[in-house]
Amino acid sequence: MKDFGYTINPDRQINYDQNSKEPVYWLETMEPSVNICISCGGCTATCSARQFTDFNIRKVHTLMMRGETHSLKKEIKKCMLCGKCQTVCPRGVNLRNLILSIHKILEFNNL
Amino acid sequence: MKIEGKKRIWQDYQKEIADDSYFYVRSCVRQNFFPASEKIFLKILKEELFKDIYENASHTTCSGIGYHSDVVPFETTMTIIARQFALMTEAGYENFVSSCITSFGLYSEVLETWNHFPEVEDRIREHLLKATGRQFNKPKNLAHASDVIYKFRKEIGERGKFRLINCKSGKPLKGVEHIGCHYSKMFPSKGIGGAEYPYVLVGMIEEWGGEVIDYPERRHCCGFGFRQYLVKANRGYSIACSKKKFESMEPYHPDFILTNCPGCPMFLDRWQYAISEMEGKTYGPDGQGIPVLTYEELAGLILGYNPWDLGLQVHQVPVEPLLDKMGIPYNPETKFLGKNGEDLGRPEAPSFLHFYPETK
Repeated sequence: MKDFGYTINPDRQINYDQNSKEPVYWLETMEPSVNICISCGGCTATCSARQFTDFNIRKVHTLMMRGETHSLKKEIKKCMLCGKCQTVCPRGVNLRNLILSIHKILEFNNL
Repeated sequence: MKIEGKKRIWQDYQKEIADDSYFYVRSCVRQNFFPASEKIFLKILKEELFKDIYENASHTTCSGIGYHSDVVPFETTMTIIARQFALMTEAGYENFVSSCITSFGLYSEVLETWNHFPEVEDRIREHLLKATGRQFNKPKNLAHASDVIYKFRKEIGERGKFRLINCKSGKPLKGVEHIGCHYSKMFPSKGIGGAEYPYVLVGMIEEWGGEVIDYPERRHCCGFGFRQYLVKANRGYSIACSKKKFESMEPYHPDFILTNCPGCPMFLDRWQYAISEMEGKTYGPDGQGIPVLTYEELAGLILGYNPWDLGLQVHQVPVEPLLDKMGIPYNPETKFLGKNGEDLGRPEAPSFLHFYPETK
């Protein structure tokens, strides 16, 4: 392959037709409160793991809802399940169960 | 569905194109990329349609490339454009036709600026008078050269020897039309069909027997974007835009791509080669690419001109598969012969793209 001195930038387009919606359907069954999230980011602001790593629980939620699950397994391992996010959530989303459910879904589907 | 209502709405998406007596200004770059396109446009208008079209050797760049690359200030650009209008006025013409989409967009931008800020126009008139002693009238009609071909598409079709129909199967050839961004995305009222439904190239393809493909990234930019290409380190953005379009159109198996901008055919043509060399990917069947044509080249093919006189041999993606489908005869031996039979030399064959004529 030739090197012209530049590369082709990878596409950042999210193709919903290609991403599987199945993990989200499972998650909605296992933790229905996922649907009442307003993406305010309070969880991320108060996150203990966020103090030491680049863990972003709001981003985890967004990626899951888009069906972009390829990087999630590594990402959710950063959560310490301290539950501080749950205490500040204005909508009362059960975030600890959310993380545990995502973990189970990814494990079960080998994603 | 009320067709009358739709027709009435469509009237708002039309533009007036002068019927005759044009002052023509060339593009800076098209003569290098697609050397015969502008010559063929003049030939079609003069010898096929018997129109009065005039060009002046003193006309210069509109400075669009410099303006959009942030190296030429708008004040300078306006004065340069005022000089082009002065040349038109001195020649006694009122209908201005531009070969380049960037120029067309910039002429539209300058005229709109003067429309909203007459004091700017007065200042530019003063600059031009002081610098060159020239005065000018604004054009009564501003059109892009593709508008003119669109206007006379029926006449060209009637005089044509070939049509966009597969000579073996009898089915219409499938074309992708790609409109230059500066044609109607900046000033929708200046383009046929506006920004949402540009019809200028669709009208040509449909009139000449072809079928237009509607694909997801149809209105995406080709990726030229001036600074995206002019700075080498940024070219990854440029080629990524073209790649996105190719991948979007590929499942529809287009027979050709038709463009009306200097940059678009250049990049849609050359980037197919670059992608093939960088990733080994081609977008046509059996290692072929998708041939890319300018509207003048397509009009020339329809009218039966020799493909090598249209400059099709300088395309990076070979056009022979399209010529075969249309049933247009060509001599592979004379592909790389220049004026008076001079041998131009044979280019190096690409690693992956199919090359014509075949290496013996």
